[in-house]
Amino acid sequence: MSQLKTDYAQDLVLARKPSSLAWYGLLLAILLLIPHTLSEFYVGEMSFVFIYAIAGVGLMLLTGYTGLVSLGHAAFLGIGAYANAILLAKGVPFALSLPAAGLIAAFAGVVIGIPTLRMSGLYLAIATLAFGSIVGLVAEKWDSLTGGFDGFPVPHPSVLGLVITAPTGVYYLALGVLVLVVLVAMNILRSPLGRAMVAIRDSEISAQSMGINLALYKTVAFAISAGITGLAGALFALYVRHLAPDSFGVLLSIQLVTIVFIGGLGSLQGAIFGAIFVAQLPQVIAIVRDDLPFGIGRMPGLEPSLFGLILVLVIMFEPAGIHGRWLKLKRWCREFPLHRRAAFRRQKTYAKTDRLR
Amino acid sequence: MSSGAEPMNGYFSARDLAMHFGGIRAVEGVSFDVRQGEVFSIIGPNGAGKTTIFNMISRIYTPSAGSLHFAGQDITSIAPHRIAGLGIARTFQNIELFANASLLQNLLIGRHCHSTVPILSQLVFLPSVRRAEVAHRRRAEEVIEFLGLQRYRDQLIANLPYGVRKVVELARALCTEPKLLLLDEPSSGLNVEETEEMAFWIDDIKKDLGITIIMVEHDMKLVTAVSDRVMALNQGSILAMGTSAEVQSDPEVIRAYIGGEVAPATGAAPGDVR
Amino acid sequence: MDDVVRLLQLAINGAAAGCIYGMVALGFVLIYKATEMVNFAQGELMMLGAFFAYTFVSILGFNYWVGFVLAIFATAAFGYLLDAIVLRRVIGQPQFAVVMLTLGLAFIFRAVAGAIWGYDAVGFTTPFTNKIANLGGGLVLGQDNLSIIVGTVILCAVLYLFFSRTRLGIAMQASSQNQLAAYYMGIPVRTVFSLIWAISAGVAAVAAMLLVPVQMIDVNMGIVGLKAFGAAVLGGFGSIPGALVGGIVIGVVEQMAGYYLPAGSMELTSNVVLLAVLILRPQGLFGQVIRKRV
Repeated sequence: MSQLKTDYAQDLVLARKPSSLAWYGLLLAILLLIPHTLSEFYVGEMSFVFIYAIAGVGLMLLTGYTGLVSLGHAAFLGIGAYANAILLAKGVPFALSLPAAGLIAAFAGVVIGIPTLRMSGLYLAIATLAFGSIVGLVAEKWDSLTGGFDGFPVPHPSVLGLVITAPTGVYYLALGVLVLVVLVAMNILRSPLGRAMVAIRDSEISAQSMGINLALYKTVAFAISAGITGLAGALFALYVRHLAPDSFGVLLSIQLVTIVFIGGLGSLQGAIFGAIFVAQLPQVIAIVRDDLPFGIGRMPGLEPSLFGLILVLVIMFEPAGIHGRWLKLKRWCREFPLHRRAAFRRQKTYAKTDRLR
Repeated sequence: MSSGAEPMNGYFSARDLAMHFGGIRAVEGVSFDVRQGEVFSIIGPNGAGKTTIFNMISRIYTPSAGSLHFAGQDITSIAPHRIAGLGIARTFQNIELFANASLLQNLLIGRHCHSTVPILSQLVFLPSVRRAEVAHRRRAEEVIEFLGLQRYRDQLIANLPYGVRKVVELARALCTEPKLLLLDEPSSGLNVEETEEMAFWIDDIKKDLGITIIMVEHDMKLVTAVSDRVMALNQGSILAMGTSAEVQSDPEVIRAYIGGEVAPATGAAPGDVR
Repeated sequence: MDDVVRLLQLAINGAAAGCIYGMVALGFVLIYKATEMVNFAQGELMMLGAFFAYTFVSILGFNYWVGFVLAIFATAAFGYLLDAIVLRRVIGQPQFAVVMLTLGLAFIFRAVAGAIWGYDAVGFTTPFTNKIANLGGGLVLGQDNLSIIVGTVILCAVLYLFFSRTRLGIAMQASSQNQLAAYYMGIPVRTVFSLIWAISAGVAAVAAMLLVPVQMIDVNMGIVGLKAFGAAVLGGFGSIPGALVGGIVIGVVEQMAGYYLPAGSMELTSNVVLLAVLILRPQGLFGQVIRKRV
């Protein structure tokens, strides 16, 4: 049961209920213990989920909350990864190279954010797609900086005198950054900045009449989103240990968008759910591959096609994503056995035309 | 052609305002002054240029010619997002609320022009941000109380009935603490009772809060009930200006309405305000 | 003199490549104009069209022209069903949902095509393969490239006549401009939309057939769709002639960049043009700016 409030400040705390605070504490404790109990393989897989979740939160702020679609976010991940690796190789300590990677990616976000200010919806999606392809191509061709197709070995960084080689190190780093990023995102969402983002998403014209500087806030949203994604990229570099330019292509961008889409637009938890899903789908496929009938499991291209199929099914049947399904489940449990079917029926929405903006 | 050098005798003045879209002259040579504390209504058939004038005042459009002054300042070409900070708020004909946010969030967005905390301190939610947030909340709650919206506070706009949304738009505009309020067809889509309530609120806003109001409206009963002065437009130009009775008896106005179209009846919308 | 011939040759080869981009872009534009959906799987429809043609001509052994026609109809039927079964259900969802949906479909199409036809590149001989047309003055061109240009011109004429002269074409134009009004006039708008998807898929199949003499068929050939975006945007994204002109411009610029600029410039061309257009002239060459009314 939620308690009665006596002060407006009570609406400003991060966890509205003491019970949810306890749950999050328990979750964190379990996550901290995992490297001591599970094998190295699972620790690595979890780190990968964390990295995707960081990027997912970054993209969620832009797409889910500000309503700006980016089909080129892999570029920011790549920029963060290369920035971190190159700085480390030049002898910059990790404590500086990590934030620097985030800042460089954020700067790249501003570079693409400013010229695309007047675009919305579809045009922005296409423009960011083109931007992503250009960055990918530049990474391939600029051998002297990125090593081109030979790839770029990522040096082992040291944190507080400890050299991070084992997956455990990357695990704790990624977990720490993820917690930090989620906290920052929650702060944004309860501040004027977060409200301005939501306002821009829902109605640019009235956001403007409420005094919101569209150009400023869209650019800020791009910068923050790209910066967070860049941090994910910096950790990604440590995770893969060897960077190749073709790992930051259109496919990764689409995976990142899928995280926010499958997770559920406009929900931070959704970004995490989505990241778990997208990062672990290949593992699930690998496990069930041999058990599938008719040799489907041996079919090449199974992974992207399942990826596509799930995306299609989610959009057709559960546009609110995993998070939306989770809310419905919670509600169903609370009201059982008195639930009404109609309560779960999707409300009909009508297309807001994008041609008249 | 007169210029900005001409003395401004109103709190808000428009001088020789014109708006052309390609070859279409939506507004041409419109000048008017609004006194502080009055309700000034703009009436006219559809397409007369009423909303276009609002869009020029809130800087969605840049006038093709003419000037706009508010409280002694030339606002003809300032950035659109600075209008709210100057004390001009508006509502929209077809409701432009933030549909996927709660009512309270909508009102807090209305507080945006009074937000001064730097963005970086918001990322870590410094105590100064918390204090500012509580202060904004208090102002928003005052408006909620003023317009009796308590029971909808935490509901999503998308789930509210039309009549309530209309009031929420008014509430959001009031949250900006305006000196001048632009109401674009406040009664459209409301039923008779809701329109009556709207009339009370407009009167309260003028008398209790001392806010100057410019209103575009079709419902002549509402116009007569709340307006100090009325301006009638047709095809982008002024037909008549004066009290509601004077304007309604003006032969030009009668011809424009009967020759053109009659003001649309206010349709009943589901849901009530209480 | 050699330079002029070289330039002309580059221009014609570029125009041929550009016609393909233009035709794929045409598919985007047809669907966008009618339904406000953007089909990110348009390139994959072209890929499917190519495999259908391969099936008819190479596997089943039909005559080239018979296979040509069958491939167009098969792809068009596929487009019709795609709309009727999948896309019709997401009407009313945000535009971006449709973008993601079609991106997902593109993955599926590629995997299904790979499962059916394999991942190796295939091809078949056409009447235009490896034939050369000598236009005099030292200008030597492949008939393959010429056939692309001629084929595009014929396709455009057919489409123009269809949209301006036939009842169905006019009904389609009406539905694009105002769905509700068209519905009230008794036009079966849903069916019309599915037919537009069919036409769009058919155009993709024509593009595929014209591409076969110059390029092998494989599951990743749909990637050309990305370049076609540049063409559609350059043309204003709502303009059918604009899409074709945009395609040809990008094709020609690409050829020139490939010849005169350092390596890698060719691949960058379409994306750079696209970004430049969006930033400098978002309405494209032929588009118009419409603002939202409040």
